[in-house]
Amino acid sequence: MNRIPASEITPEWLYRQRRQFLRSTGALGLAAAALVACGAPAQPAMPAPTQPAVPAPRAAGTADERGDPLTDFDSVTNYNNFYEFSMDKEAVARASAGFVATPWQVTVDGLVRNPQTYAIEDLLGRFDQEERIYRLRCVEGWSMVIPWQGFPLHRLLAEAEPTAEAGYVRFTTLHDPERMPGQRDPWFTWPYVEGLRLDEARHDLTILATGLYGQTLLPQNGAPLRLVVPWKYGFKSIKSIVRIELTAAQPTSLWMASAPHEYGFYANVNPDVAHPRWSQATERRIGELSRRETLPFNGYAADVASLYAGMDLRANY
Amino acid sequence: MRRSDGLIHVLALAPLVWIVFDQLTGQRSINPIQTWTQRSGFSALALLLASLACTPANRIAGVRRAAAWRRPLGLYGFGYALIHVLIFVVIDYAADGSAIMAELAEKRYLIVGALAFAILIPLALTSTAAWQRRLGRQWRRMHRMVYLAVPLAVVHQIWQAKSDIRLAVLFALVTGLVLLMRLPPTTGARRR
Ligand code: HEM
Repeated sequence: MNRIPASEITPEWLYRQRRQFLRSTGALGLAAAALVACGAPAQPAMPAPTQPAVPAPRAAGTADERGDPLTDFDSVTNYNNFYEFSMDKEAVARASAGFVATPWQVTVDGLVRNPQTYAIEDLLGRFDQEERIYRLRCVEGWSMVIPWQGFPLHRLLAEAEPTAEAGYVRFTTLHDPERMPGQRDPWFTWPYVEGLRLDEARHDLTILATGLYGQTLLPQNGAPLRLVVPWKYGFKSIKSIVRIELTAAQPTSLWMASAPHEYGFYANVNPDVAHPRWSQATERRIGELSRRETLPFNGYAADVASLYAGMDLRANY
Repeated sequence: MRRSDGLIHVLALAPLVWIVFDQLTGQRSINPIQTWTQRSGFSALALLLASLACTPANRIAGVRRAAAWRRPLGLYGFGYALIHVLIFVVIDYAADGSAIMAELAEKRYLIVGALAFAILIPLALTSTAAWQRRLGRQWRRMHRMVYLAVPLAVVHQIWQAKSDIRLAVLFALVTGLVLLMRLPPTTGARRR
């Protein structure tokens, strides 16, 4: 087998990113490195030079902490709510295939002492990436179990140093109708905006994800950087983030603006708060046919319920 | 039977063939129950509307043959509605009566959908020529209930749409148009 250095067959950014990932995942990284260097074992020839050798989907864990198995990679990458590309969940992967997520910059500003703009490579280099296996519960009544890579948002916030006035975090998706054709649709007020209370944003479960299944995030999953807040409905986990702004006032998300009676600011997974359309009492796990009970806070109540002590969660839906 | 009649059957069966074809060729949806529900509901309403459009097509546009398409299109529409409801009851909710009742009580779009379906059942059962003879004048009066069932189904569609109600509004417009064309001055009833 020819020993072509990976750097010659892989775009530099991807190569560096992957090295970062390998470094950060330690022992697993060694195994993955073997795969990267040799190609998949069953594949005799080297991949064509034009096709970067993407590692096969792999995750360190096989189930979440409740024992629920991972949703398969194909479903995670082919069933996506991402109106910036298509309103058809099964068409997003195709519609976003040509989306190039580099170069990419993320600005952290607003009520912070250290406003800063990071290149995506800086974020990958600065913060160790770790695997987090989370349930994702969509407000539409379906759910998945996904092995993300990323880092807790509180690490980034600590660098930015929110001031005493900062109470909320406002996230914004890239606004570029040329690259995200769904944004030409005037039905919604682009760009996509989401928000968290500062203590929610600082919670250790809240991560910024840069990959899943051991691979760099694909466009349909929110490349190159997205939020993942596992105890809230999926639409809170905003994709393809370009700006993280600390604010004093509660941000208004795109969904709050478009249907205020259906989508509140908190959007915590809550089987007791009905939605006019989808069942919130039960859900369908992708890959299963029968319904499951939906758990309060999507099963993370022990970790996060205290954030909402004393609040009426029916009023603050 | 004319060739155009055959076309009606082909068109009406196409959505079903499409679903079965996708299953057999492995192009299965990642969330198949939702996909089946949506396709069957869409086909039910589209065919019912097509059925209602037959009389104006005959009387106003002069498509004489359309009078013969009314019944099969309506029955196909009901057939898809039946599939739609069965998917919900048997597959989605595994015939769990209490869970279904809880959903029904909670969601207005399901209440109007169920009303529409309840109206359609007796109409489908009495759609045969034998029943038409037996019921005589009552038959016509009874079958006008379809003009209640279809708008209810449109409301069901509007209320289940996620924010983007454009397709549902299009269906509502078509329904309104078809209903308007049934008003006495355009039905030709007075010309006689
Ligand atoms: C008991 C009666 C019914 C039940 C339980 C029911 C259930 C449902 C459900 C759950 C959906 C939402 C699918 C989704 O997007 O997740 C839906 C959508 C729909 N239903 Fe029904 N339905 C009923 C009756 C009817 C009838 C009688 C019609 C038409 C004649 C109809 C036409 C539709 C249409 C057009 C949609 C929208 C499909 C789309 O997304 O394009 N439904 N129904």
